[in-house]
Amino acid sequence: MYGNAYIDPNEKPLSILDGEDPIKLAEFEARIDRGEKIEPKDWMPKEYRKQLIRMIEQHAHSEIIGALPEGTWITRAPGFKRKLALMAKVQDEVGHAQLLYSAAETLGKSREAMINDLITGKSKYSNVFNYPALTWADSCIIAWLIDAGAIINQVANSKGSYGPYGRALERICVEESFHLKYGHHNVVTLATGTPFQRQMVQEALTRWWPPIMHFFGPSDKISNHTTILMRWKVKMASNDDMRQQFLNMYVPKIWDLGLVVPDVNLKLNEATGLWDYTEPDWDEFKRVINGGGPCNAERLAVRRNAEEKGRWVRKALLQKDSSYVTPLA
Amino acid sequence: MIKSLDPRITREQIELNNPINPLADMDQWETYEVFHQKKRGDQHEHVGIVHAPNLEMALLFSKEQFGRRGISVNIWVVKTSNVFASDYDDADIFETVPDKQYREAGGYKVMEMINKYKKENKKII
Repeated sequence: MYGNAYIDPNEKPLSILDGEDPIKLAEFEARIDRGEKIEPKDWMPKEYRKQLIRMIEQHAHSEIIGALPEGTWITRAPGFKRKLALMAKVQDEVGHAQLLYSAAETLGKSREAMINDLITGKSKYSNVFNYPALTWADSCIIAWLIDAGAIINQVANSKGSYGPYGRALERICVEESFHLKYGHHNVVTLATGTPFQRQMVQEALTRWWPPIMHFFGPSDKISNHTTILMRWKVKMASNDDMRQQFLNMYVPKIWDLGLVVPDVNLKLNEATGLWDYTEPDWDEFKRVINGGGPCNAERLAVRRNAEEKGRWVRKALLQKDSSYVTPLA
Repeated sequence: MIKSLDPRITREQIELNNPINPLADMDQWETYEVFHQKKRGDQHEHVGIVHAPNLEMALLFSKEQFGRRGISVNIWVVKTSNVFASDYDDADIFETVPDKQYREAGGYKVMEMINKYKKENKKII
């Protein structure tokens, strides 16, 4: 699962194509126009490489950190079947991180460098995981609706131009479909259960709705930068388009269960065919993504602790004569 | 501040400002390319890579990463550094291959000749 890659709006606009060989650039763009994929050893513009590393790396970190709020509930899952399923889901998320780190590595950044950027707080990850899963129902809402959002994002990106990222995402999407069904099953179980269960799932939905609306990120600024990233098939859909697709697919399913979405302005606008909603609080989003959320500090502390405790094992297994080679595909 | 219910925070009581010790190079070991066979009779297919300290552990990680659902009967792992690959820049070495119709069954058409022969030699046949 994953939120859309976050581009800092204050990032200095780049002279993106400065110093690029015009002939190679033309060949590169022609290949993408023909629908062909770019492979690791191909020539690519510096900006293409940089943005893909940033995007795939953030995605990988999101999988790792995303396992934490849900993993919290493994020890307290209601029943053996739910516990097995949740363990399988959490293992999948960590597996996804590994697939993604590998895809990013083919672009020339080592896994150690990426993990270091995560534990020092330099790299971002999806903002939603800076919120706590306070009850079992929170973990169910995450599994259903956050994973639903992730699938919309990942299906779009799997059609992007970079071969290794597309291949990783195809494998990931297949596994996410289990997460989605599992999450839906959990939510339906609670929503059709006792009054107490219904109340619990309603409260979880109310808590998670703002982060869900933040999930796809703020409206894209229409800039030269975005236009080039879309032309290069790095970015495949606008944040607003993905948010609309999510609302279209899932709001009716939430309403089917008689649950209340905590937004009085939420409705399908017959005239435009789009959903009207209250504009999410983007100041809150920025505050949380920049470290001010309820769980930012503990997520990184837990991650640093895991790296620290495993270090001696990895070191003991390291063979003296081994040397690093960038993975092939 | 609301804390999550992560047992590592609530029970193990990890310090939120624990030290940042960056990983050294090679902390995550080398990479191995993984080839997966779904069922007997299928080709092994390249499915991705794993990081591992040796071949045995590469196999173990591959089983977890690429064989944890669906069907599988066999996995190969090969050190990335042991793969010798052609270069995409040299892809022109394959360019004329589709033109070599004399290597294809479809490059040999006879019906037209047979029909022409039959028509011209009706009396004989």
